[in-house]
Amino acid sequence: MDALMVKDFTKSYGKHVGVDGISFNVKHGEIFGLIGPNGAGKTTTLRVLSTLLSVTSGEMYVYGKSVVDEPNEVRRIISYLPEDAGAYKHLTGRQYLDFISTFFASGEERKRMVSRGMEITGLGDRINSKVDTYSKGMMRRLLIARAIMTRPKFAILDEVTSGLDVVNATEIRQIIKDLSSEGVTILLSSHNMFEVEYLCDRVALIDKGKIVAEGAPGELKRKYQAENLEEVFTKVVRG
Amino acid sequence: MRHLLSLLKKEVRELLTPATVLPIVILAVLFASFGGFTGGVVEEALGSPPTVAIVDLDEGKYSALYFDALISRNATIVYNGSNVDDAISAMKESGAMATLVIGQDYSSLIESGERANITVYWNLKGTGLFSSMSTAPVDMVISEVRTKTSKLLIEDGMAGDPDIIMSPIGYQSTTFLGDNRLDGVSPAEVSAFMQTQSFMMPLLIMIVIVMLGGIIISSMGQEKENKTLETLLTLPVNRTTIVSGKLLGSAFVGLLFAGIYMIGLNFYMEGLMDTAASMELSQLELGTTDTAIVGIMVALAILCALGLCMILGAFAKNYKAAQSLTIPISFLAVIPFFVVLFADFSSLPLPAQAILFVIPFTHPMIAMNNMIMGDYMLVYYGIAYLVAFTLATVIITVRLYKSDILLTGLGTTIASGPLGKLFGKK
Ligand SMILES: Nc1ncnc2c1ncn2[C@@H]1O[C@H](COP(=O)(O)OP(=O)(O)OP(=O)(O)O)[C@@H](O)[C@H]1O
Ligand SMILES: [Mg+2]
Repeated sequence: MDALMVKDFTKSYGKHVGVDGISFNVKHGEIFGLIGPNGAGKTTTLRVLSTLLSVTSGEMYVYGKSVVDEPNEVRRIISYLPEDAGAYKHLTGRQYLDFISTFFASGEERKRMVSRGMEITGLGDRINSKVDTYSKGMMRRLLIARAIMTRPKFAILDEVTSGLDVVNATEIRQIIKDLSSEGVTILLSSHNMFEVEYLCDRVALIDKGKIVAEGAPGELKRKYQAENLEEVFTKVVRG
Repeated sequence: MRHLLSLLKKEVRELLTPATVLPIVILAVLFASFGGFTGGVVEEALGSPPTVAIVDLDEGKYSALYFDALISRNATIVYNGSNVDDAISAMKESGAMATLVIGQDYSSLIESGERANITVYWNLKGTGLFSSMSTAPVDMVISEVRTKTSKLLIEDGMAGDPDIIMSPIGYQSTTFLGDNRLDGVSPAEVSAFMQTQSFMMPLLIMIVIVMLGGIIISSMGQEKENKTLETLLTLPVNRTTIVSGKLLGSAFVGLLFAGIYMIGLNFYMEGLMDTAASMELSQLELGTTDTAIVGIMVALAILCALGLCMILGAFAKNYKAAQSLTIPISFLAVIPFFVVLFADFSSLPLPAQAILFVIPFTHPMIAMNNMIMGDYMLVYYGIAYLVAFTLATVIITVRLYKSDILLTGLGTTIASGPLGKLFGKK
């Protein structure tokens, strides 16, 4: 069974079509990347998959559970990190992790979950500071920790490293690699082709709501006779 | 249950910050210190002719002055006889302003240089801020008679206490309000007293709702801007639990705000009591059951406000958009407040009553007056309406939380008929 199966998925916002009949599969344990220009439909796909928005037509299954018919089951499997997300600003980082953990575990297990989360953030003492005093990088680390401390089967990460400095971004990529080696399936979107090439086992290139290319980064480079994914991207999008 | 508690705690933490609590506390303190300054109602003359019942047991030279004054003012005299009880019934039946009772020895007292008292039974119809003014025309008749009597005494070369000659007549008041008979209390005193109950309460409700509305809608706007709402909605929790957590958390904060005001209000009342109230007025205070009913209505109104806020907040795309969405809530709270302030619900035309009835915040505002006037029907209908309203908002909110509108906001989905989508879905 595939970790994710998307079939003929379409999402319209009123008359405007955001995603136009895409199909792709993600295998268990894979890191799968969605790439494409701004407004291509990446976030829309991830939001629908995370049970936030309704499906206009088509099917979507996460580990065999239908996003349309069994959203509650799907929510137990996934962990979604929205792009540009924040946290409740009157809570401290620790309180935030604590709050989230209540939905996943109780007792000793919950305590372990929170301390694992605190470790992932790498925030040290600052974990006890109010969230609204955090820098962008600190906030992102907190949110990633929140997303993965629950040991989800399937992590959905929308532009995790955008706006971060080189050191922070590298560390976060390492966290993602580690997560994958623990057997978590990951679906991410990114504008950083270097990052996608480094992280992803396979990618799908979306443009104007349609998938225009799909495959392992190496395959795509060969197919489009490109040096790197960036070149593939430009060639495909420019037509 | 654990989830709900967790959500509730988070909600309270987010809403209850120094920035939100401080204005409430400051206002409460202001209120508390206000009490000492507030005086009685300023009475202004009204042009309308007086309507009275009159019992003249004296039938002398000086009691005739009342008839002269009444006739010169085009007064309607609904009863003119010798039985006080009949006169009072006639006054109540016809809705006249007052019953004047002139005692047997009225004229002889005046002639012997003493001050003569008449007894006035006032028929107070409402408890609005200016309702005591409705009896002003009768007040003016008495003043006129007083001046005339004084003038006659001086013309007759009356010698004696100048104070009495300048003001030879006085009156004792008894005020009827609904089923209450308040001996020795004037309409102005009733008004001053009622202000504290029938004016401060609506004011409290209005302020709490306006403030709470602002805080809650902004917090929802913030949840969207921060994407914390998105995160929350992907957690393995029921939509209903999320909505309930939000509602209960905000309700807790709302009741806390109301509580802080109540304390301020209490000090205000105490400040006023020393000056205005007599034992008689205490019968206008609400009993324990009635107080409980008002408390329940206030709590229900707060829930209605929260439900409305959550519906409106669901449409807010971000913090900024949220700010402007607080306007309709404030509007709904301010309208009944001003209407209650300047008029009586019962004296309004039917369409206006209907509009006010539909606004949930009207009900706790008018409840006190209705109970004092013995009109419990409206109170019970009000409670039923508030409960229905609250349930409706919760149902709509849960629906909204299951639909796209919550995340996409208004504007794009509206084109494809958000209401159709909202209610068409399972
Ligand atoms: N709430 C919305 N209402 C209407 N249209 C929307 C909404 N959200 C997205 N869209 C439209 O759907 C299309 C896809 O948007 P989406 O946010 O999925 O793009 P994206 O690939 O994530 O872009 P980016 O790289 O800029 O994040 C765009 O044309 C966008 O205008
Ligand atoms: Mg996006």
